[in-house]
Amino acid sequence: MNIELDLRRDAESATPELPDIGEAAAAAGLLDVAYATTDSPLGTLLLATTPRGLVRLAYVDYEDQDEVLEQLATKVSPRVLRVARRLDDPRRELDQYFAGRRQQFDIPLDWQLSRGFGRRVLEATARVPFGSTATYKQMATEAGSARAYRAAGNALGSNPIPIIVPCHRVLHSGGGLGGYTGGLDRKRMLLTVEGYSGLKQP
Amino acid sequence: MPRQRVSSPVHLPPFQTLLDTHGRDVHRFLVATVGGVDADDCYQETWLAALRAYPELRDASNLRSWIFTVAYRKAIDHIRVRRRAAVPVGDVPDIPVDAVPTLPDDGLWERVRALPDKQRTALALRYLADVGYEEIAAVMSTSQDAARRNVHEALKRLRTEYQT
Repeated sequence: MNIELDLRRDAESATPELPDIGEAAAAAGLLDVAYATTDSPLGTLLLATTPRGLVRLAYVDYEDQDEVLEQLATKVSPRVLRVARRLDDPRRELDQYFAGRRQQFDIPLDWQLSRGFGRRVLEATARVPFGSTATYKQMATEAGSARAYRAAGNALGSNPIPIIVPCHRVLHSGGGLGGYTGGLDRKRMLLTVEGYSGLKQP
Repeated sequence: MPRQRVSSPVHLPPFQTLLDTHGRDVHRFLVATVGGVDADDCYQETWLAALRAYPELRDASNLRSWIFTVAYRKAIDHIRVRRRAAVPVGDVPDIPVDAVPTLPDDGLWERVRALPDKQRTALALRYLADVGYEEIAAVMSTSQDAARRNVHEALKRLRTEYQT
């Protein structure tokens, strides 16, 4: 008889459901970043929120989920927990958007991952309405520097909250697609969802 | 002079990583030390205390050892409170740890529950949570020799009692 083996075997066989600590953490004010993943027509999305609002959305088929979470731990707070219920509102709004039943997002946003000029570009972008488009130059102008359209492009390329901050609605002045954080196919799909008909064939 | 807030020089992974990696073992450890009924409460207290302290952590080189230290302290607190609450009862010699609903009850675990606190804790760390002696020593603030001795004594006692 081997007691060490018995102890280990029994420990392995005991697999109770672990208590959830997400809600208790939120109640204690210790949930700095809550995240969840959700399926969408554009693939799996990672959503992350702070108590202030949605802080990050990532295409995890395109960006590595672990890296996104590491960035949040470093830039926002290491108190990062997976608490799906905290993302119910943005998930519902996204579902409605993809189902064609929503043109505008109402959830609060936390802009803390963007600063300065880049943030002003993204705030201008958030005002471009559903179904229409703008140019990099227009966004740069609205952010305070018409000549900084390249910098505007960079800011849009590192948009921490794509789809909801609709950087897909920003195109080149000549009508070309420009770039997109989740790849151009996704940009094309989003514009199609919104009924934009000015797309050039790839 | 205002205290300067120094940005943390240590790399702290997202807290969820700790929960995913060590959650199951922490729970097993608590089931064996405080019992199945109280383990869930202790588990939640452990992780909330850890979450509270986490951003200020100055040494992240052994997060497993750290989380088990937190769990160990919560378990000790819990056992102490229970003992104190039980004092008026009178001449009950030792407070039995609650039945462990999540572990098979073939006599072995009954014996484990009857072990002295230090032996039971060391044994639970070693075999339920798979914690090494160096870490057991760190968690329980003892020497490595004492950690070995506690586990050894626990096993010896279990062998004699279990086989009869």
